[in-house]
Amino acid sequence: MEFFVAQILTGLANASSLFLVACGLSLIFGVTRIVNFAHGSLYMLGAYIGLTLMETLPGHVGFWGSILLAGIAVGLIGVVIEMLVLRPVYRAPELFQLVATFGVILVIQDLALMIWGPEDQLGPRAPGLRGVFRIMGEPIPKYDIVLLIITPIIALALWYMMARTRLGVLVRAATQDREMVGALGVNQAWLFTGVFALGSALAGLGGALQLPKGGADLLMDFTILTPVFVVVVIGGMGSLPGAYLAAIIISVLNVFGVTYIPQSTLVLMFLVMIVVLMIRPYGLFGREEVAGEHGQVGEPEEPIKPASRQTRLIVAAGLVLLALLPLIGSNFALVLSTDILIFCLFAASLHFLLGLGGMVSFGHAAYYGGGAYVAALLVTWTNTPMELAFLLAPFGAGLAAIIIGWVCLRLTGVYFAMLTLAFAQLLWSLVWQWQDVTGGDDGLVNIWPSDWLNNNTAFFYFALLFSVGGILVLRHVAHSPFGYALRAARDSQRQAEATGIDTQRVKLLAFTFAGFMGGLAGALFVFSKGSVFPNELEIVRSFDALIVVFLGGVKTLAGGVVGAAFFKGVEDILTRFEYWRLVMGLLIIFVVVVAPEGIVGSLRRAARRIGLGKEQPS
Amino acid sequence: MQRKTFLKAMIASAAVALTPVLASAQDPIIVGEINHYKRMAAFAGPYKQGIELALEQTNEAGGVMGRPLEFIFRDDQGEPGEAVKIAEELMTRDGAVMLTGTILSNVGLAISSFAGEKGYVYLASEPLADSLVWAAGNKYTFRLRSSTFMQAAMLAEAAAKTDAVRFATIAPNYAYGKDAVAAFKENLLKLKPEAEFVAEQWPALFKIDAGAEVQALERAKPDAIYNVTFGPDLAKFVRDGTDRGLFDGRDVYGLLSGEPEYLDPLGDEAPEGWTVTGFPWYDLTDGPDGEFVAAYQERFDDYPRLGSIVGYMTVQSIVAALEKAGSTETEAIREAFEDLAVDSAMGPITFRSIDNQSTMGAYVGTVALRDGKGVMVDWEYKDGANYLPSDEEVMKLRAAE
Amino acid sequence: MSVVLETRGLTKAFGGLVAVDNVSFQLQESELLALIGPNGAGKSTCFNMLMGQLPPTSGEVFLMGEKITGLKPRQIWRKGVGRTFQITATYSSMTVVENVQMALLSHNGRIFRFRSQAHRLYRKEALALLDMVGMADQADRHCAVLAYGDLKRLELATALAHEPTLLLMDEPTAGMAPKERIALMQLTADIVRDQGVSVLFTEHDMDVVFAHSHRIMVLNRGALIAEGSAAEIRANPMVQEVYLGGGTVFGAEEHADA
Repeated sequence: MEFFVAQILTGLANASSLFLVACGLSLIFGVTRIVNFAHGSLYMLGAYIGLTLMETLPGHVGFWGSILLAGIAVGLIGVVIEMLVLRPVYRAPELFQLVATFGVILVIQDLALMIWGPEDQLGPRAPGLRGVFRIMGEPIPKYDIVLLIITPIIALALWYMMARTRLGVLVRAATQDREMVGALGVNQAWLFTGVFALGSALAGLGGALQLPKGGADLLMDFTILTPVFVVVVIGGMGSLPGAYLAAIIISVLNVFGVTYIPQSTLVLMFLVMIVVLMIRPYGLFGREEVAGEHGQVGEPEEPIKPASRQTRLIVAAGLVLLALLPLIGSNFALVLSTDILIFCLFAASLHFLLGLGGMVSFGHAAYYGGGAYVAALLVTWTNTPMELAFLLAPFGAGLAAIIIGWVCLRLTGVYFAMLTLAFAQLLWSLVWQWQDVTGGDDGLVNIWPSDWLNNNTAFFYFALLFSVGGILVLRHVAHSPFGYALRAARDSQRQAEATGIDTQRVKLLAFTFAGFMGGLAGALFVFSKGSVFPNELEIVRSFDALIVVFLGGVKTLAGGVVGAAFFKGVEDILTRFEYWRLVMGLLIIFVVVVAPEGIVGSLRRAARRIGLGKEQPS
Repeated sequence: MQRKTFLKAMIASAAVALTPVLASAQDPIIVGEINHYKRMAAFAGPYKQGIELALEQTNEAGGVMGRPLEFIFRDDQGEPGEAVKIAEELMTRDGAVMLTGTILSNVGLAISSFAGEKGYVYLASEPLADSLVWAAGNKYTFRLRSSTFMQAAMLAEAAAKTDAVRFATIAPNYAYGKDAVAAFKENLLKLKPEAEFVAEQWPALFKIDAGAEVQALERAKPDAIYNVTFGPDLAKFVRDGTDRGLFDGRDVYGLLSGEPEYLDPLGDEAPEGWTVTGFPWYDLTDGPDGEFVAAYQERFDDYPRLGSIVGYMTVQSIVAALEKAGSTETEAIREAFEDLAVDSAMGPITFRSIDNQSTMGAYVGTVALRDGKGVMVDWEYKDGANYLPSDEEVMKLRAAE
Repeated sequence: MSVVLETRGLTKAFGGLVAVDNVSFQLQESELLALIGPNGAGKSTCFNMLMGQLPPTSGEVFLMGEKITGLKPRQIWRKGVGRTFQITATYSSMTVVENVQMALLSHNGRIFRFRSQAHRLYRKEALALLDMVGMADQADRHCAVLAYGDLKRLELATALAHEPTLLLMDEPTAGMAPKERIALMQLTADIVRDQGVSVLFTEHDMDVVFAHSHRIMVLNRGALIAEGSAAEIRANPMVQEVYLGGGTVFGAEEHADA
């Protein structure tokens, strides 16, 4: 019994930071509809700023003052981010802002490294709160008790603000209906800025408040991101009570998980999330998203047409040049081009899902990494010949996609995206921890192609064949009846259903097909590198593809491929410099702000403006 | 057929055009170094300084075979796939004669697999994974640093000398953590068959829930605890464990916990009394390691970390191998590395031909506080040669070859 | 004449609120039947049950004597029922003709085809349908730039693609200019006459209702209160009470029924 109580108290104390960060994220999403991926970075900044302040300000007042000031400082940073990065892109296509926030992550990572250096910093102790209280004989750190008291107070203060103040009324109104706020005569831009600042301040507060239990390090932005997303989704996007309850559920469950099933620690959280979403698709306190809320914001996509003869000739000429590369380029040029080709196929497979299907997947790496692992596992455990393993890999990935898609497609919009993320993370956890089979973090090595392929030139042609072939197939399917049905289901599910199209089946098949193609890219990857590790399944890999698709242009057929080629090339150059993440982050933000239609979309527009290309029929 | 020949001729001529005609005596010998300069800056920085110091000393003394030695440092972002691409670039475009580097085991394994397949020599400087030289070993990959197994065996030896019977372990839930626990168990049970393991905790890497882990360990009432957590996880574990009295009256063994990289961030909260492997540079005054510490502090106005001396020894090993080979041809270098004896900053070490592992050892000691900082006291340098499995076992482990 | 559509005791309750209460009616072949009623009378709810969007709490729907209650919209469509929506639902990323081609592809069971190019299939048939609603000259325009009235006509062409026996039109003229309304209903009436399609529609514009429908049903608070020809409905005191008592006058109502 004593042990039980002590465990619950530990869980509640752990919920503190999680709740603060999560409710900030939830608040921002509720009002602005932005999924702020940079929220973990704001949490990290809160920790570093709090630490710096605590080193200068003495005593009790200094300690608690530092936490408060850290919150305010991060709130101000939030204002800067909102005004410089997000405000220009509120009208951009759906979830485009998300890419901008990813740029912010990169920038903050490098700035933090420049300012605070690479070494982990241990957080200072809260003055007078070293040691433990004995509760029913069990030692509970004093600071845990303080957190236990502070968190509900902050939650109550937030509740009061939401329920009783004008700002609260506006925020609630905006969460329910964005247009209404405009009707109330409120300057929407400032409301958004205010809410973003508040959400950021809460993240900063969370970062500073956890200092006595941990510290500040450069990896904490991504470390907190997944649990925070899980909490927000379980609680219901936009719901503060939901975030509070979910933070407690996750933290307490985790504490018991550590005791009774210590190996489960990574998987447990995602299983809870999947179960909750299966029963309550919009989280504990979330409400159903109104259809179209995340649908096609901004200008509708233009009708697609098969490429003109002129375009075909240009592409064919490009391919011929590419095929001549082994004669004119260096060995390294071949290796780099192979990497780029594989990445292009991966991005194109996501673009199919995202652009044509309107399904935003945050977990597409599950199929890319999945395909790579299927091939690697076959080779490692059954000595399958390379050719067969290569062919089976996309089917393995497609099978995973059928199962995951079947579950995820019960949901739409952001919840769909989050559930795909949860599944990808689940797969990653499985691979990462099931060392006996997957090799865990040590991966699977010595997965080389057969002798006839085992040189850079041969493999380059092999990758060229399958990547370009895959991309052309994807493109062809876009023009086929199935591709049209997919767009129909995206444009108007109601009309599609009312004209006999089984939209769920169409979407599931598209999801599977995209997974299959992602798996093909993964299979190419594993044989080009000779090894595979869990990071091919990580969130970062999913984001890589997501970002290039958005930056290339969601609403254009070529967007995914062009974005992938451009950014993979740029990355190869940039990573040679020390602060390349800063430059990359700024480049992403620059593209988002200057070319909200993506590279291809904006080029097309520019071409029209100077009179090239077909005029848009109007 | 004719076309194929033509193609081959074209490729060959292109390759000739792109390689430097003939290395003149003054052209530097290039070594490709791949590391996670961004992702693990706190570790890679001191390591790089160690390399730079050794390079300066080498080149001042006339270089290698009369030619200057040069390293090209490249950042792989901690991504194995990226590292493989860079490895290819270093070897085929930049004219590197061999590869070295990496801290993370997964990146090391990726480069090792690549090197084995393409026939490039790779000296894995810092990665710890046992499989690098055993289960996944190949004849082109050599490893310098004392591996997980060796360091765990050193701690097991210390643990076997005490009365403790009930052991609990805590390790991050991934390959390194699992290897480290398995190696500790294996070696401890060999020396003390009556030992039992009453709790095994596996926090997720960098996501430790310290309070809960400490409670779970306390509940098992162990006599001794074996810790593998590191970085931010270690800090949280130490703080919560100290607060809740977990370490009172218990022996604790911490793998790598004494390395300045991990011990220094703990400041005055360093866990006193733990038995750890690490690097007590502050006490090294004479001998080759003492000379290294003095030279490093003079050169960089900073104290060395473990990574610094590993970086330094990496260059020493490569220089020795090149001198022995008398050539920059891959096969010559590879053969030179086999049974290569190096007078390193940690004393004489050998790269065993049986598994390509060096016999670099580790310092084992007890954590104490000195001037508000954690240090190792009563330490002893343990020669790695004594902590490796028997040749028969190694042969079994390297069966794949 | 045979009965095309029949409902028996159709009822829908949302919690305690009964939106549609025991509605029974028949629709004859080639009949243009109007369903009118004030806001919130339950017209759209009724429609959604007929088309399978909403499951009824109780009661049954029969199409050509076959029970279709509980079927999904797409299954009902396959049985020969077309519908247009109160708020237009078109595929905004496609051209006008592609919108119609989509319905033709679905009708011909070609949705899961991967080899052919969709924009080449059934183009002739689609153009003929567009011609019928007077949209042939706009066939290759981007759907997203169409005027609202044109979207309504496009929707009609799409709904006719699988040669339905029954057409359900939920406020077909909502949001259109008066002149356009007359034209659209005239078009509908012509199609009913030429092709023998039966039509059930709801409408706010009483001019449209009285001018074109063969028969009118009046729904109030979920229940049918009157049924008959235009003249009979005009003269019905209960209908007058509902409309006048409800504070609105015939023909003056513009709001969409939620």
